[in-house]
Amino acid sequence: MNNNLKDDWELIVGLEVHVELGTKTKLFCGCVNQFGDEPNTNVCPVCLGLPGSLPVVNEKAVIYAMQLGRALNCSVGRSIFARKNYFYPDMPKDYQITQYDQPTNMDGYLELPSGVKIGIERAHIEEDTGKTVHVGSTGRISGSDYSLVDYNRAGVPLIEIVSYPEIRTIDQAKEYVEELRGVLLALEVSDAKMEEGSIRVDANVSVRIEGEDELRTRCEIKNVNSLRSLGRAIEYEANRQIDLYENSEIPSQETRHWDESDGRTRPGRSKEDAEDYRYFQEPDLVPLNPNTETIEMIDQGLPSFPSERRMQLATLAQMDVSEIALIVERGHDGFAAETINSGAAPQVVIKHLTNNLSDGLGELTPTAFASLIQMEESAELTSTQAKKVLGELVLQGGRPQEVAAQFGLEAVDTDELETLINQLITDYPDEWERFCGGEKKVQGFFVGEVMKSTRGQADGKVINQILNERISD
Amino acid sequence: MSPSVPDSFVTAESISEKVKSGEWSAVEILDKYLSQIEQHESEVHAFNTVLEGEARAAARETDKRVASGETLGPLAGVPIAVKDNLCTKGIRTTASSRILENWKPPYDATVVQKLFSAGATLIGKTNMDEFAMGSSTENSAFGPTRNPHDLSCVPGGSSGGSAAAVAAGFAPISIGSDTGGSIRQPASLCGVVGVKPTYGGVSRYGLLAFASSLDQIGPFANTVRDAAIVHEVIGGHDPKDSTSISEPFPSFLDGLDHGVEGLKIGIISELMGGIEGISPEVIGKTREAASVLSANGALIEEVSIPASLYCLSSYYLIAPAEASSNLSRYDGVRYGLRVQGETLAEMNINTRTNGFGNEVKRRIMLGTYALSAGYYDAYYGKALKVRRLLAQNFDEVYSKFDVLLSPTSPCTAFKLGEKTSDPMTMYVNDVCTIPSNLVGHPAISVPFASGNDGMPIGVQILVPPMQEALMYRVASTLESAKSNEQ
Ligand SMILES: [Zn+2]
Repeated sequence: MNNNLKDDWELIVGLEVHVELGTKTKLFCGCVNQFGDEPNTNVCPVCLGLPGSLPVVNEKAVIYAMQLGRALNCSVGRSIFARKNYFYPDMPKDYQITQYDQPTNMDGYLELPSGVKIGIERAHIEEDTGKTVHVGSTGRISGSDYSLVDYNRAGVPLIEIVSYPEIRTIDQAKEYVEELRGVLLALEVSDAKMEEGSIRVDANVSVRIEGEDELRTRCEIKNVNSLRSLGRAIEYEANRQIDLYENSEIPSQETRHWDESDGRTRPGRSKEDAEDYRYFQEPDLVPLNPNTETIEMIDQGLPSFPSERRMQLATLAQMDVSEIALIVERGHDGFAAETINSGAAPQVVIKHLTNNLSDGLGELTPTAFASLIQMEESAELTSTQAKKVLGELVLQGGRPQEVAAQFGLEAVDTDELETLINQLITDYPDEWERFCGGEKKVQGFFVGEVMKSTRGQADGKVINQILNERISD
Repeated sequence: MSPSVPDSFVTAESISEKVKSGEWSAVEILDKYLSQIEQHESEVHAFNTVLEGEARAAARETDKRVASGETLGPLAGVPIAVKDNLCTKGIRTTASSRILENWKPPYDATVVQKLFSAGATLIGKTNMDEFAMGSSTENSAFGPTRNPHDLSCVPGGSSGGSAAAVAAGFAPISIGSDTGGSIRQPASLCGVVGVKPTYGGVSRYGLLAFASSLDQIGPFANTVRDAAIVHEVIGGHDPKDSTSISEPFPSFLDGLDHGVEGLKIGIISELMGGIEGISPEVIGKTREAASVLSANGALIEEVSIPASLYCLSSYYLIAPAEASSNLSRYDGVRYGLRVQGETLAEMNINTRTNGFGNEVKRRIMLGTYALSAGYYDAYYGKALKVRRLLAQNFDEVYSKFDVLLSPTSPCTAFKLGEKTSDPMTMYVNDVCTIPSNLVGHPAISVPFASGNDGMPIGVQILVPPMQEALMYRVASTLESAKSNEQ
């Protein structure tokens, strides 16, 4: 729980995550929802906000939003669209269609791998804006020669997921975003790429003295483009606020921008010139009113989510959730379960999946994986040999017995090792005496010698076992 | 001398029938109306754009199609004038605002498409109060329209150009939009039929929005039957408008001559003297209309819609609130007028300052204020409550009555400049028409009488949503009673 905060201070974070939905078309028109096309080619009167045009909601986007809501344990009910009014050139209508006091999803939670549940206040549907490019020396609006706007992104469906300020550590903040990504990927509603902007995270950061009940003034940190920056930005901001308090100053409520290059947050809009968005119900759209059958259908169609999958695998492997979380994150939990169910030792399955299969499973099948683990467990192969065979099975597939034979691999049997070790004791009496006297580093010498004469095909565990037996003899 | 209705008064229905039978050519018909425009448009100024060339080409095409034996729609060869806030592909659509003076939409409004499919010939785009904000068509950036019955008078508004175009014989039918009475009030002042359909009955796709929850497109015509024909053409579900009603409406024409025998008709007492500012003459003529209906077998009774007392206040918060948002897009960035500035904000401000007229600015400010944090509940929120209350009032009344009757406009056409100095006197013009917009119900204004000044007086017939067939039936009864009298 190290937040790199000064003693007695507690970190309070709430996250607002914008997710671009991967629907084929935009939220309110038939234009293609596609990243990277020639500017202003995926546009029409509706997403350009031309006079007289009207929005028609994309049902697929609504279903996606409701699926996400249910996955986040939210209540999904009647919702209405609202207009958020403010002037900006990349917003074609100079208002954004969003949801305000009656969002599609309310009051849910996201369970983190650590078991902590972070409350979700709401997850609402809204449209994205276009993109402004300021042309000129600075790349900023001030000092630019002119600006160009690309409306291809205008009207792309977004879900904004707002957490309660229940995140207490930087690791939790990162875990929250990771876990949310896992849910989005499982639902297949977004490609969830933070670097490409299909997930955008704003962090509301405040601090307070541990034990206080009231929340203090928060700042909203924007422009965070990776998990790493998220952590750095929160840490910087929390310490900035603590410094102010310790100098008897009070932070002002404002939006601040994270500057990756110099690792600081800088003030954006302050409260004084904060806009009044004059929200009101969008009169061009009708309320969304899902009936119980729709909600049931959505619930039945939900895939299993990381939290459940972690629980399932942990139970099956009889291990702690934290030990298998990585495997679920990689999506290898189904494979692990199948291998364990074929009779392989869970500990070894998890060990290999965690350490030796991070690049993917390739041609490996659960059956082959299970027999390999059995060979390793019965000391037919040493762990070094097993690792080598495993690598080959990933590349080529096949049965581990055949691959081991192909490589001429088989663990040297115990009798043979005993003979070898007896010979070594005779050949190196001084070293043996030192070993028996408790000089543990000499053990390495004997293991090394055995490995040398077996060309590495001996099982280290067995060698150590024999050496220790000899001492007690 | 005012142009008045042409001697050879013809209906859209008869034009279409005769064009289709080959008896008349669409070009000949068009030329009659074009020559009327040529003679009197300079006095009336009903149009922002007259589409002589385009209309001729379209009429020729219609005649060709008739000659080749094609089956044409119910408005074949009928010239039609369309309000300048409906998008017409490649044709200037200005909403009578400097900010869109030269804007040419890349698409047709759904209504315009439907008119074309029905064979109509678009003869021009009509003048209006800027962005439909006004009741006299004096708020046009391109100068006012005058009432064909008396050129010193206003035609009403905001669809004054469309009303005047029909009254002056520039077109047999026209299209307007009605947010608080903008079709019915000018219809009454110009002596023509004007209809505000059920909200959602006609697609708003391609209508430059004023107040989206109130706006509805509807027809002007010389006869109730023509209005019903045009209404059937432009109505129906449109997947491009989410507020469009998907259920089909019963035919507006089938029962047109079935009379009013046994119908329970309520006269709205608040609009018959309950609210100040409605002229006794207009109230008297509305009572005459009730007597006519009674003589035709309807049961007439006074009814109260208590919330109508607050309609004007509610409307002048809701409509400007929505307008303040709808008109934000005219920022100089993408289309229309741009007046440069040192910064982006300055460019936005310069453009809007120069592009919008005073009434539009006034309503944007009113609406922005009504929606502001700290004021929302006191203004916009309260206005919505009145709206809900009004809907309850209507529900209750319609549980006992089939139809409601009231004046359309509190007075006959007034003089140009008479009410421009005080916005409040102008706003009161909508007092009888606003309730239907707030609840989304249909209503029609039918010319019924003339005032002492010789200017037309219309009466308004209101019915529950989707009951337009009944509305046209009652209107038709009143119309024929009037013509029998003459
Ligand atoms: Zn589009």
